Parts: sequence; C-alpha cells; structure tokens
Amino acid sequence: MILRLALGSLMARALTVGMTILAIALSVALFLGVEKVRTGAKASFADTISGTDLIVGARSGSVQLLLYSVFRIGNATNNMTWESYQDIAARPEVDWIVPISLGDSHRQFRVMGTTNAFFERYKYRSGQALAIADGAIMEELFDTVIGADVAATLGYEIGDPIVVAHGLASFIDHDDQPFRISGILEKTGTPVDRTVIVSLEAIEAIHVDWQGGARTPGQSTPVDVIRQMQLEPEAVTAALIGVKSRLQVFGLQRAINEYPQEPLLAILPGVALQELWQIVGIAETALIAVSGMVVVTALIGMMATIFSSLNERRREMAIFRAMGARPRAVLSLLVLEAALMAAIGAILGIALLYLGLTVAQPRVDAAFGLWLPIEAPTLREFWVLLGVVAAGAIVSLVPAFRAYRMSLADGMMVRI
Amino acid sequence: MGTDTPILDLKDVRYRWSGRVSFGLDIPDLTLQAAETVLLLGESGSGKSTLLSLICGTIAPQSGAVSVAGTDIASLSAGRRDRFRAEHIGLIFQQFNLLPYASVLDNILLPLRFAPQRRARVPSPQDTARMLCQDLGLPDDAIAAQAGTLSVGQQQRVAAARALIGAPPLLIADEPTSALDAATQATFLNLLFTQARAHGSTLLMVSHDARLATHFNRVVQMADITKTHRAAA
Repeated sequence: MILRLALGSLMARALTVGMTILAIALSVALFLGVEKVRTGAKASFADTISGTDLIVGARSGSVQLLLYSVFRIGNATNNMTWESYQDIAARPEVDWIVPISLGDSHRQFRVMGTTNAFFERYKYRSGQALAIADGAIMEELFDTVIGADVAATLGYEIGDPIVVAHGLASFIDHDDQPFRISGILEKTGTPVDRTVIVSLEAIEAIHVDWQGGARTPGQSTPVDVIRQMQLEPEAVTAALIGVKSRLQVFGLQRAINEYPQEPLLAILPGVALQELWQIVGIAETALIAVSGMVVVTALIGMMATIFSSLNERRREMAIFRAMGARPRAVLSLLVLEAALMAAIGAILGIALLYLGLTVAQPRVDAAFGLWLPIEAPTLREFWVLLGVVAAGAIVSLVPAFRAYRMSLADGMMVRI
Repeated sequence: MGTDTPILDLKDVRYRWSGRVSFGLDIPDLTLQAAETVLLLGESGSGKSTLLSLICGTIAPQSGAVSVAGTDIASLSAGRRDRFRAEHIGLIFQQFNLLPYASVLDNILLPLRFAPQRRARVPSPQDTARMLCQDLGLPDDAIAAQAGTLSVGQQQRVAAARALIGAPPLLIADEPTSALDAATQATFLNLLFTQARAHGSTLLMVSHDARLATHFNRVVQMADITKTHRAAA
C-alpha cells in the first residue's frame, strides 16, 4: 500500500517528477553510452590489426613503431634495409611477411607502398580481411587502391588519376608519374580507410629521378623506360610478419631485436596496442568522470525537486502523521519515492541507451568505423544502475530529513 | 479499561509553545465518557488546535496527564504516542484531509497501516471500507475513485469512513462541517452520529459554530476549561 501511495504521489506531480526522471534517464543513458563507446572504441582500437604476429621496423619505441606502421601517425626515425627485410623473410619461423613503405602523401592522406600480399594478410576486427568495394587490386605499376575515406572525402571513382606528393608536407608532386585508381576498399574503421595503397615497385618508380630527397635537375626518365627497370627497393619502413607457429613468436622477436646487421625492433601488436591504450586511457578516464558528474548533477536535480515540493506537501505529511505515521515513516516515504524515481530513471535510461544504440550503431560504424556492440547489460552496468538507485536514495535523505523535522514541528495541524 | 473509565481525561495539563513565551494553555480538568458526543466551542486562537495536538500526542504537555482510554499518553515515548494515536483515535479534519492522489479505498485503509491492533479488529478491511462507504451514503463506484476527484461533501464522508474504520474508541472532528453547505452539513452530522453510535465511539467535535450544539450530548466552551495565557507583546 505504501508503495502504491508513493507511486500515486509521484503520479500526482507527473510533470516535475517526469522531468526529473527524464534527467536521470538521460544521464544514465549518457554514462552507459560512454561506457559502450569506450569499450567499443577499445575493441575497435585493439581490432585495428589482427592476425599479425610481429611488426618490424627500425629500432625506436614500440608505440612509435605501431603508430607509424599501423595508424600512419608520425614518421619512422629510420628505414630497414631491403637486405635485412629479405634476411628476415628467409627465416624458417616466418610464414609470411608484408613490406610497408611510407613517406609520400596524397592531399591529407598517407601513401603506402606494399605488395599485393597486404590485401590477403592484413586483417582487422578479429580476423576480418580487406574487401574491395569497387574495382580490383593493383595490376599495373601505376595502379592504386584507395581506402573508403579517401574515396568519400575526395570524391574519387575507379579510373580517376592520382598524383602523389613527395613527402608529407611537400609542394612537390610526382606529377610526371600519375597513378590510376584501380580499386576502392570497403570501409574497415581502421587507418586503411585513410590510406592510398600503391605497389612497392611504384614507390621506387616515382623516385627514379630523385636523389637525397630532391628531384635531380633536368632528369625525367620516361615511364616506358621505368617500366623496364628493375624496381627493387633499397629499404622499407616496416614489415608485418606472420609466424608458422605461435610458439616461435618470442624467439623470432628476440632474434630480430638482436639482429647484428642493423638495429631493428620487433613488436607484438597486441602488447603495443595495450601500451598505446594506456596513454589514450587518460582521456577515457576523463570521459567517464565527466559522464559520472552528469549523473551526479541529475541526482542533485532530483534532490532539489524534492526540496522544492516539501512545502506544498506539508499537508500530505500531516495527514500521514495524523493517521499514526511516525516522522521516520514520512522520511522513509520520501526516500522510497526518490529510489522509485531513480529506479524508473535508470530503467528508462537503459531503454534509451539500447534504442540509441540500435539507431546509431550502423551510422557510427559507417561514419567512424566504430562498432558499438548491442549486448545484454553487463554485470558492471547492472552495478551502475543499482548504484544510481542507491545514490538517489542517499541524496534524498537530505530533503527527507528536512521533511522529518518539518513533520515533527507541524504534527498533524498544518493549515496552509 | 473498566466501563467507567473515561475515554478522555485531562488533568492539570500545562503546555507552553517552545519559543513562544507569549502563549500558553492550562487545562485543569476535561473528561469525556465512553460513547459521549461532545461539542467543544471556541474562538479562533483559543487553543483548540493545541488541545487537539495534546490529545493526539503530537505534542506533549510540560506537566499534567492526558489519558486516552485509560493510558496517559504524555508518559509514552514519541514513537509509542504515534502508534497509540493510530490505534485509538479516529481523526476528521476541516477539509482537504485526504491524500488526493490515492484511491478512496487506500485513504480509508491508511490508518490501519500504522495500527496493527485496529487492523486486527477488521477481518476484511476492503469489505468493511465498502460497507462504511455505503453507510455514509457514498456511491458504489466511489471506492475505486481518486479521492481528489470527489466533491467536498463526498471527501468529508470518506474522511469519516477513514476515522471510523476499526472502531477507534475516540473520534476527533476538527470543524468537519465548516466547508459544507447547510443541507450537506446536517446530512453529514446525522451520518457521523449514527456511525459513531454504531461503533460505540466517543465523539469530540471542535467548532466555533454554536448552532451545532443541539446535536450533542454536551457542549464544552474552551473558555470554561482552559486558562489561556497571553503575555503583552
């Protein structure tokens, strides 16, 4: 009966109570939404590269190697020689190896030289392979395959010409050797979407007339001649490696790290991703803190609503007192009402969250490549909801105690 | 409680409002017998509300005894006084004394929630509530209606049903007819007297309307039973 009366009292103040519940619901949806985005982002981040056992590059830091080789952020401090690459490729533990050559750009996008094996070996999101949305992978020397974001941003279609710029912030174009778009990749949500992929030989081809980072004055080798040339690179930026047996990963990593011919670094992508996420995690913590504060603000709003309703409810409390309710029963009623508001808000919040996820999931995936999983609430989320209800009951103690004191003073003889 | 034990007995009661030294109430003697109907007449500010609060135990006198059904409620703790009030006193207020958002049934059953002994006297609370509504002339479908949707006269009948349920030995009515028109007033009083008699309850009604005196066994003037102290401002 008391629960029914509490619900009735809430219904009688439907507008203010509804607004309070909505505020709690939105804050809960935001908090859990941030949690979903956080876990989704973490999963997407971890899924940027999958199925690659080692990444090898010139010796630097593991995070730096990961950043430039996978995320196309920053630059390599040095390259690894083609001899070292071949030496590693010839090792018995190595199942496959894919070279990566970075350095040039097209508009704001990085150009990556590699072999066609990249399309077969590069995996993301738990082993998902790259897929061609339109066209085909490179067949000719000056063919290029572009990521989905490159095509969408620049409005490129199959057959469109592309001129690669030398370096990352250069005004000098390799305009004498334009590329032709042969394929556009499907969206992956990884840095591949923002990459212009050409063959390793093409990288060499556009640098035929270049020496020491500058074009040789007066020299312009015809394309037909370039096509006849032996276009073997002198160095590559990094390489992705798959081993025959997982048991051999650490042995191969140690061997590469102790490679005597040149200082190299081999990293485990998963470990480096974790290191990188720890750095990014500071922002994650800040995001959780902000959304947590939104929940606290909503609960304080509820407290203010209860406070503001106390005066108009003095008669109601006096009726309870007249019927024999102790002041603490009045206190309990207000706490129960607050807990009900918080509980309804929490349930509505989770409903809003799942509705939002259902609507936003495909759009977020398409726009940002961020996959937000729609799964049953986790135990952690359950505890969050329980925590919101408990916190609602706790903050309501402040106005409830005020009501307790008022009902002690008023007794049953309130005349307002 | 013996048959000759008064239902209400105030002896040498002295009360001063805390922080209001200008007002005090002294009641040397006031006694109400079982099944008696008493009209307590008094002007505004004569201390009627303070007297009701003392009888109901929401305030305690500085000295003296307030006995209800043989128990000195002034000697009880605050919590036990609340429980005692719920068990032994049925209250009817002037107006707006129902929970407007609750159903008529919930309003009538509310005192039983805080009074287990009174509840035990009502084997079937819902049936009893329905019967009380019928006896007080409320329409059959009123029991499920929201109290706030009823007319003022109907609300007052619901308040009477709430006070009567579980047959408390003492009914206190604080100006229950002041918001009613003359015809409704008479009907309500007749119903209230009939039900009070049927339940064997003592009725103490507080009013400033001396015209009601003919309905009661006895009329008590506040001025006759109290020594009200008002200090000069």
